[in-house]
Amino acid sequence: MTMKQNLGLGCALLGAIGLTTAADAAEQITFVSQGGAYQQAQTVAILDPSAKKLGITINQDSIPDAWPAIKTQVGSGKPIWDVVDTPTGYCLRGGEQGLIEKLDFSKIPNAAAMPEAYRSPYSVSYEFYSSVLAFSQKTFPKDAPNSWADFWDVKKFPGRRALRNHPIATLEAALMADGVAPDKLYPLDVDRAFKKLEEIKPNITVWWTSGAQSAQLLNDGEVDMEMAWNGRVSAVAKEGAKVTFTYNQGILQSTSLCILKGAPNLDTAVKFLNEAVDPVHQANLPLNIDYGPGNPKAFETSVIKPERAAQLPSEPANAAKQALMSYAWWSSPAGEAAEKRWASFMQK
Amino acid sequence: MVTSVPDPSQKHQRREHGLMLALVSPALLVILLLIVLPVGWLAWQSIYHDGFTLENYRRVFTEDIYWRSFALTFEISLAVTLIALLLGYPVAYLANSVPKGWSILILSLVVLPFWTSVLVRAYAWLALLQRTGVINQFLRYLDVISEPLALVHNTFGTVVATVHILLPFMVLPLYATMQKIPGDLMQAGASLGASPSLTFARVFLPLSLPGVLAGCTMVFVLCLGFYITPELLGGGRTVMVSMLVSRNVELYNQFGAASAVAVVLLLGVLLIFAIVSRFISLDRILGQK
Repeated sequence: MTMKQNLGLGCALLGAIGLTTAADAAEQITFVSQGGAYQQAQTVAILDPSAKKLGITINQDSIPDAWPAIKTQVGSGKPIWDVVDTPTGYCLRGGEQGLIEKLDFSKIPNAAAMPEAYRSPYSVSYEFYSSVLAFSQKTFPKDAPNSWADFWDVKKFPGRRALRNHPIATLEAALMADGVAPDKLYPLDVDRAFKKLEEIKPNITVWWTSGAQSAQLLNDGEVDMEMAWNGRVSAVAKEGAKVTFTYNQGILQSTSLCILKGAPNLDTAVKFLNEAVDPVHQANLPLNIDYGPGNPKAFETSVIKPERAAQLPSEPANAAKQALMSYAWWSSPAGEAAEKRWASFMQK
Repeated sequence: MVTSVPDPSQKHQRREHGLMLALVSPALLVILLLIVLPVGWLAWQSIYHDGFTLENYRRVFTEDIYWRSFALTFEISLAVTLIALLLGYPVAYLANSVPKGWSILILSLVVLPFWTSVLVRAYAWLALLQRTGVINQFLRYLDVISEPLALVHNTFGTVVATVHILLPFMVLPLYATMQKIPGDLMQAGASLGASPSLTFARVFLPLSLPGVLAGCTMVFVLCLGFYITPELLGGGRTVMVSMLVSRNVELYNQFGAASAVAVVLLLGVLLIFAIVSRFISLDRILGQK
């Protein structure tokens, strides 16, 4: 699930050392994200300014996949983390399993002002990325595929294809290819989606597993079109490869902030949560990395230039072309069943 | 009446055994702490989750994706073992029959890839085998093919890269065994009028069989647990057992589901060793004596 580069355990260890040596500031929290360039961008755009404004110390930790750590920390009864930035599905699942604090939005006015689809009782959207249709401009100099129906149309758009080896976003794409409108996807018609996937399966060259792999496939011309994360495609394009993507029918996905159940600095954590989704801090994030702000109000500040905004997945006009992923559906029993069904689909 | 007199040599022997035990105990402790306990704990999780349960094993034995994966894993391991044997035997034979200096060179070349990360080697194969890779471009340049061949993102690519990585495990036991075959026997065969191919077939080959068995067992068993090559070069379709283990952790969010798969694989490996040990001493495979 981690699309960001991460520094992994080394960073986690450094974070732990940082914890013990941190000055005894009046208030502090421990914030956890996924490391690498992504966490660095947040530090500049959001974390440092928030710490300054609130007069608190923010200790940072990073881990590629926070879920097992959330489980063990809360399970031990003495969590050391306060706020976690993790794929929204984990916040919801954690909320259901009693691992994540329920939020009181009266104390988080910045989040309360966000559209309801951008938050849950346990979490607030923090940043957006999108699963988009990317293609080679060498193969398609004009008349490029522009929808999932085009991706499925192997006669009109001959070429090699790749999809992610994961049901999340892939089932959504299949349903859109079958004519379901982006805003009418949920609850997903799982049978219909798998039937549509069976149709394209013989034409899929690679089912990719990591973001790096998807970038390599496109960069080396190993495939002519694929589903990929927008940040990966733009990174390859920046390196000079003739590739691009469309936001049309992209699947808008997010990571969210949530607070561990029994967090050691609960009150400060709530204050931080409010500050972290402040429109101005949020607007600074895309100036440092190719992800969109979690708070759409960020586009109303004058921080993001219109040219830059147009490149971002959560910019309102771009967002309107896409399907907003329902993490609530994916963490429901039907969603979990669909995830399990994927394995047998792949092996038949 | 016979009185039992303590045998001084026996006493000495006992003391020596005690000393030996004391000497190996740090190593045993490390194995206990780092291998036996974690593996035991994982195995325990496969049968205990809020009470005893066989649910994880029921799944492994009834859902067909597990059978497919186990079958594919055995097929790939078998293919890799056979190819490694065909490639490795001549190399070991050559290393055994040339002067010492040359054999050191050959063996160094065999072992050299060990110092390169498996990940790097897998990516190197990607660069060679993919559609725009070196091999396809060369073949197209020669006009041998008009469309690129599908050499990777499938089982073929997985097998090629895995053979490359496991080849030393075939060559080394073979070489060790061949080294112990007295050269006089071949001369004796020749002096009795047998042609070189006949002496090879009737004398050398049978004597090298323990090495063949040792190498094959080693490669086969290591291949059963391979993860990186099928993950990177299998195109998502080549789901070997190790990938099933990692996917089960993601899918079921608890270790039990994954460790049940691992336990079944481990038992399979132990069974193979048990069968092989009826024909050849295990020391020979593991210690390469």
